Amino acid sequence: MTSALTLTQVSKSYGGRDADPAVRGVSLDVSPGELLTVIGPSGCGKSTLLRLVAGLERPDAGRIEIEGRAVAGDGAWRPPEGRRVGLVFQDHALFPHLTVARNVAFGLDRLPRKERAARVAQALERVGLAHVADRHPHELSGGEQQRVALARALAPGPAVVLLDEPFSSLDENLRAKVRTDTLALLRESGSAAILVTHDQTEALALGDRVAVMRDGVLEQVAEPATVYEEPVNRFVATFMGEADFLPAHVHDALLTSEIGVVSTVPGWGGTDLDVEVMLRPHEVALEVDPDATSRVVAVEYHGAFVLHTVRLGSGATLRSWQQHGVRHPAGTPVAVSVVPGARPVLLSGEVALSAPPEAARRL
Amino acid sequence: MSTLPVDAAAPRARVRRFVLGSGRPAWSALVALVALVVASPVLSVASSALARAGSPDLPSGVGAMVATTLLLMLGVGVGTLALGAGLAWLVTAYEFPLRGVLSWLLVLPLAMPAYILGFVFLSFLDYAGPAQTALRGVLGDDLGPLPVRSLGGAIVVLTLTLYPYVYLMARAAFLELAPTAYDAARTLGADRGRAFRKVLLPLARPSLAAGLALVMMETLTDFATVQYFNVRTVSVGVYLAWKGSYRVDSAVALASLVLLFAVAVLAGERLLRGGARYAQRGGRGRGLERRPLSGARAALATTTGLVVLAAAFALPVVQLVSWAVAGLRRDPGRVLDERFADHLSNSVSVAAIVAVACVLLSLGMAHALRLGGGRLVRGAAQLTTFGYAVPGAVVGIGVLGVFAGADTLLEAIGVEGGTGLLATGSVIGILYAYVVRFTAPAYQAVDASFSRIPAPLTLSALSLGARPTRVLTRVHLPLVRPGVAVATILVLIDAVKELPLVLLLRPFGFTTLSVWVYELASENFWEEAALPSLLIVTVAVGPVAFLFRQVKLVDVNSRVG
Repeated sequence: MTSALTLTQVSKSYGGRDADPAVRGVSLDVSPGELLTVIGPSGCGKSTLLRLVAGLERPDAGRIEIEGRAVAGDGAWRPPEGRRVGLVFQDHALFPHLTVARNVAFGLDRLPRKERAARVAQALERVGLAHVADRHPHELSGGEQQRVALARALAPGPAVVLLDEPFSSLDENLRAKVRTDTLALLRESGSAAILVTHDQTEALALGDRVAVMRDGVLEQVAEPATVYEEPVNRFVATFMGEADFLPAHVHDALLTSEIGVVSTVPGWGGTDLDVEVMLRPHEVALEVDPDATSRVVAVEYHGAFVLHTVRLGSGATLRSWQQHGVRHPAGTPVAVSVVPGARPVLLSGEVALSAPPEAARRL
Repeated sequence: MSTLPVDAAAPRARVRRFVLGSGRPAWSALVALVALVVASPVLSVASSALARAGSPDLPSGVGAMVATTLLLMLGVGVGTLALGAGLAWLVTAYEFPLRGVLSWLLVLPLAMPAYILGFVFLSFLDYAGPAQTALRGVLGDDLGPLPVRSLGGAIVVLTLTLYPYVYLMARAAFLELAPTAYDAARTLGADRGRAFRKVLLPLARPSLAAGLALVMMETLTDFATVQYFNVRTVSVGVYLAWKGSYRVDSAVALASLVLLFAVAVLAGERLLRGGARYAQRGGRGRGLERRPLSGARAALATTTGLVVLAAAFALPVVQLVSWAVAGLRRDPGRVLDERFADHLSNSVSVAAIVAVACVLLSLGMAHALRLGGGRLVRGAAQLTTFGYAVPGAVVGIGVLGVFAGADTLLEAIGVEGGTGLLATGSVIGILYAYVVRFTAPAYQAVDASFSRIPAPLTLSALSLGARPTRVLTRVHLPLVRPGVAVATILVLIDAVKELPLVLLLRPFGFTTLSVWVYELASENFWEEAALPSLLIVTVAVGPVAFLFRQVKLVDVNSRVG
């Protein structure tokens, strides 16, 4: 099956001494119907990536294909209006002088009048807004505007829909609902979609796959669970959730650190290596122990869970999620361990280790 | 990011980016074309000046012309600065009777073209006028003619019509520039005077410089009004060399002198602006608070404002109305003959054509930029806005130069007689010169409207499959309609008022309303000149009324201290 979207070694720099980020050697493949979320710190190039796919920027190098047809690179160039790419912006970008129906009809002007009207009605029906067809955008609520923007982008049946932080202009309490609706509509449409966000929960919850970007480079593209549980490096580990790091040592498949035995590391038999271990708060267990050298230094109540920050004897700190109702006040001495079954990530320098390095084996 | 390997691999991409950005070649080319059209008259003057740099064909007496021009600019500069900045300070820093009304009425003289105020002024003060007659009645007939038709007279008239430029800039600067900085100065113990001198005035300097530059350019452009006063500036020299004796070479040489003056003005503005370019604007502060005046000082303040307003606008209008009424009573046929209709229709049709042309060009340029033009395209668009600053004599002679060049080119490829535009003198030339001069205000108005369209709107339209032309007609045009309306009106009015360019370029027998006024006034037919003058003033009040709104808005934000 042809990919909906393929990027091959795409690079874009804004030249000169501009501080603008570039996209560097990005390769990416999005299947039809797939939803890819792109996340990264501001200025990482994620918006440039969208603009390149939409045809609002020309890549300096590399190749972009939509449904197998080259749209940029190697001498090929298709302007945005010839790409079958739908765009949904943060502020929706509805045409203020056109009614909702005419907004949705805008991308359907090549259809005969009757068919166009039917498609518009269908698109509005799908987002549950048939009753506001004759209103103007300013008469709609934020959530409704967002749905109209989506209906407009989907109406022409694009191969790829690009959503640039589509929920960030919505109120917190509205966001969850709109997010669920949007997801359902995208699934129903069958279009591939790229959703750019800076919210890691959103990225993990919505995406079939998550792409983590930094300084114009894709650091990791994988399923949400993989990105969270097996980050490829320290940046991805910290960006996709809370993470603390402790110096640790692997000896004959046994991982030990300041807090004692952390876990076993299957397949690392015969290895002797200094590493760092990444521990997420849900992996850290606490037990009150008057003899312990570790102390609780801060407690944050988050509702369902309570976040405890613990200072170890060495001065390093770990965070730990405790069930609602468990609350060790600051100063409590606690014994720290790792919950059974956890498989913490090991790092050497900035890079995560998936297997023991050859050099370490011989020791 | 500049060390990326892709940069080295894609020099063509870099050139492309510089020239076009992500824009569309055809639309970007349009911008370049407009820039070329607008710039070529100036280039024509500059290049012929350089070609003859060794032996410029300057007429005798050029030294005196240069001296006169310098004196005129100096006088008008000092006058407008004192009057404009002084009045702005008065209505901003003090509270006195009629202050609110005066603060915006003082902009009104902008609607009075100098060539109209000039002849009203002369009629009143000249030897035969009521002022000197009355004076002789008191002092006896031995009193010789007073030197009204002089450099001094010209300076007074130009100052009275041009001071609002400085006034507007100064007032906006005093009120809007960094109220926080002013407040800070006050909390640090500076009194009003010191806070004004040490904080407000330095911050306002760039604005004052900009206003002054506008005044200087208008002074340079004028070669009609000053002729009432027998003042021979370099611009007058250009006009006389071309229209009086058809000495093309002298006209070009003098026009390049005018161009030099204009360049000097721009350079002077840069210099005055200095490092203050990044002056902060806005901020949350109370800023200058008005101090109430009372008694004699309040009366003096009100009188000052009223006197300026009366001299620059109210009395001349009253005089024009009374002449018009008298003329109509005595012989309506003479005032309202068919020439009136003819000249009016000339004025209106030229203005309408130019307005449409300027607005279309501006729309095209703003649209092209919106589609993502590169640095070169942006630069080209910027270039078109300089046309407004180029003195009329330079534009006029430059247009002739461009026509001459076109003729040479056409004859070289075998077209007998070329365009024939140069020989006949032509309305085409007037239209061209107007477009050069008035594209700038049109573009600014349209561009201001465009800047209110969020970029994603354009991008959405494109990604929904609309071609650039459809984006223009279906999305951009409906959204920038207010800007288009403002641009059209501004150009229409500017074009009806314009005098020097028509005088210089008009073919034999082609007369507009403004030229008619000038001809009648030059021959002291005040009564006949009154009605068309009033018509022009009425039309010109339009955009000034538009300015009122802004002045009033600014005023609302300031309050009594």
